[in-house]
Amino acid sequence: MGGEVACRPHYRQILEWLNETPTDLLEAKRREAEILFRRIGITFAVYGEGGDPERLIPFDIIPRVISAAEWAFLSKGLEQRVRALNAFTWDVYHEQEIIKAGHIPPELVLHNESFCAEMQNLNVPGRIYNHISGIDLVRVGENDFYVLEDNCRVPSGVSYMLEDREVMMRLFPDLFSMHDIAPIAQYPEILLETLHSIAPRPSVADPTVVLLTPGAFNSAYYEHCFLADEMGIELVEGPDLFVDHNVVYMRTTRGAKRVDVIYRRIDDAFIDPLTFRADSVLGVPGLMGAYRSGNVAIANAVGAGIADDKSIYIYVPEMVRFYLGEEPILKNVPTFNCDDADDRAYVLEHVDELVVKEARGSGGYGMLVGPKATKDQCEEFKKRIVKTPGEYIAQPTLALSTVPTFVDSGVAPRHVDLRPFILQGADGIKIAPGGLTRVALREGSLVVNSSQGGGTKDTWVLVSR
Amino acid sequence: MLSRSANNLFWLTRYMERAEYVARLIETAIRLTSMSKSVQAGMNEWHSILEASGCEESYYEKHEKVSARAVIDHLLRDRSNPSSVLSCFETARHNGRTERTSLSNDIWEAVNQTWHEARQLTDKDFTSDGVRGVLDWTKNRSLLFRGAVSSTMLRNEAYWFARLGLFLERADNTARILDVKYHTLLPSPDEVGGGLDYVQWTAILRSVSAARAYHRIYHRELKPWLIAELLILRPEMPRSLMACMNEMIYLLDLLGRELGHEGECSRLAGQLHSKLRYGRIDDIIQQGLHEFLTDFIDDSVVLGNEISQQYLT
Repeated sequence: MGGEVACRPHYRQILEWLNETPTDLLEAKRREAEILFRRIGITFAVYGEGGDPERLIPFDIIPRVISAAEWAFLSKGLEQRVRALNAFTWDVYHEQEIIKAGHIPPELVLHNESFCAEMQNLNVPGRIYNHISGIDLVRVGENDFYVLEDNCRVPSGVSYMLEDREVMMRLFPDLFSMHDIAPIAQYPEILLETLHSIAPRPSVADPTVVLLTPGAFNSAYYEHCFLADEMGIELVEGPDLFVDHNVVYMRTTRGAKRVDVIYRRIDDAFIDPLTFRADSVLGVPGLMGAYRSGNVAIANAVGAGIADDKSIYIYVPEMVRFYLGEEPILKNVPTFNCDDADDRAYVLEHVDELVVKEARGSGGYGMLVGPKATKDQCEEFKKRIVKTPGEYIAQPTLALSTVPTFVDSGVAPRHVDLRPFILQGADGIKIAPGGLTRVALREGSLVVNSSQGGGTKDTWVLVSR
Repeated sequence: MLSRSANNLFWLTRYMERAEYVARLIETAIRLTSMSKSVQAGMNEWHSILEASGCEESYYEKHEKVSARAVIDHLLRDRSNPSSVLSCFETARHNGRTERTSLSNDIWEAVNQTWHEARQLTDKDFTSDGVRGVLDWTKNRSLLFRGAVSSTMLRNEAYWFARLGLFLERADNTARILDVKYHTLLPSPDEVGGGLDYVQWTAILRSVSAARAYHRIYHRELKPWLIAELLILRPEMPRSLMACMNEMIYLLDLLGRELGHEGECSRLAGQLHSKLRYGRIDDIIQQGLHEFLTDFIDDSVVLGNEISQQYLT
């Protein structure tokens, strides 16, 4: 493959290793990896589709490598972006300066279904909203990254980042000794520090932090267990908590215990049936009252989703300039809003060159990759866009970089994206070096979602010597 | 620990124990019907194990008549019956998965593997030829699970709650099987010494793995009141009510001290325990074995509720 595809210098040792290692050994290692994942129980749950309700995400044994210099560039860009997103969230729930200054249309924020009126003028601890952010990126060239999507609500996938590394270290210890790779195993500890930093009662030396899960039927339940276990905190469901006089308690075998910080993995709408969806059995009645009284901290903050809404995405570069007075380091993918007449006309004419997505969809469902689609599929999408334009956005396809991947036909280039995890506490911003690399295993495919045949890779950030 | 976690562990062991008990009941019935000459007597066996498993109601909702095939299916694999062996395994696995982090790998694998194997069973495994294999498999899985619990779990409150569930379930099961058969333990002039009696007494003993134990302890022929004594009052018999209550008061005492509060459940357990500790089988039989057993079953339900109220909710 070295002959056909240019190899970046930090991949040189990987290439040598691939050339020296017989394919059947790689195949054996791939099978071993699968057994390891099954045994550890790292599955994601797919209920209601028949077949095995607990599936494995395919794991590629060839790591994705990021050079020290590129990581330094990237992490600076991530920190900048996360700070701007946080400043925006604080602003829209308080003074709304960015709207007053005319940088973003008011109705886009105030009539947005992710805008949470209950959060207005509420002062959250440390003024932090997105304590954990997952920023989805693609690389198109040297120091050239585009952000596909910001995730400021309940980003998942960090357990894959950590377990992929564990499995790689077990399978290929020699490969690790050949490289100098930045460690990521400290992530849960840093996460716990971040959560401790926002505890509302400064007098309590050891605040009680819990992870609130929707329960065992959630597709990310494995990750919830994993993180709670690694941090040594209780994994609670809604009914385990109750609120008394605006203070949150959990029910334990020793009686009620006061809770200081909730790392929640359930959506805003379900968090408190008294404030939001009354039919929610996942949440805790009265939680918003306790939150508003300042007796409990919630991460990520309620209403943080306003910053990662797909229609707000277009304005993130503007936020960077407005709040930080800096030029954005990471780029936005040019995005056409089908609700806008000019944009729509362009999209309808060039649909075979564009990626069309549902404005609120996720998981790679309901999406059209123009250059790969048939004429009929394009026509079908055009009809849908005309019918409900507000539900669609479109973006040009990027010339994504590829990385070597072990597939049925041997080692071949495949498209990847990257989701680094950025932690923001009262004590500053910390980023685990690396992230979750998702790979489109089908040849030529640009879709990396696990529900659409995507897999994961261990992500290495090299340490400069 | 979270009350819900304690509750999940408490029920995890209860369900694994119940699965084994139901399998033992079916085994007993198969044995009895294959030996008894009268067809009518055979049908009674199937009815009485429905009673002993507490599945009478759910069975008659679906079936009008009792047949061996239908009862076995209902008790072994009917998912609409929460006490069927496969339902028990499924619920246990769900509880285990929720508490995955407080279980050792060995325990989790025992529970998880059981569920995976249960999913592989086909109609062929439930024919009269195949069913013995499923019953043996059930007992083996339950034994493996208990072995993993006792050899790999940390001795802390999680373990104590798991054990508490096990012994409460076991005491209840032993009382039920005795109660269903109490009439065969009572002397009736025309049947005493008959072949049928002998077969039935042996079956009761076998259903709780006590046939050999009886002979080791009493060194004499089967006597109904001694069987009752063995299964109610003898502390060395692991499935006797006495042995289960011994474990339970020990566990409740530990929990009360560790968690800093005792309640009605400790008092009630103490009361039940002394009844057995200082009881005599002659008195029990004279006052009515059936009454004694139904009182015990009722009390153990109340005890379960009190434990739940004190620690599990």
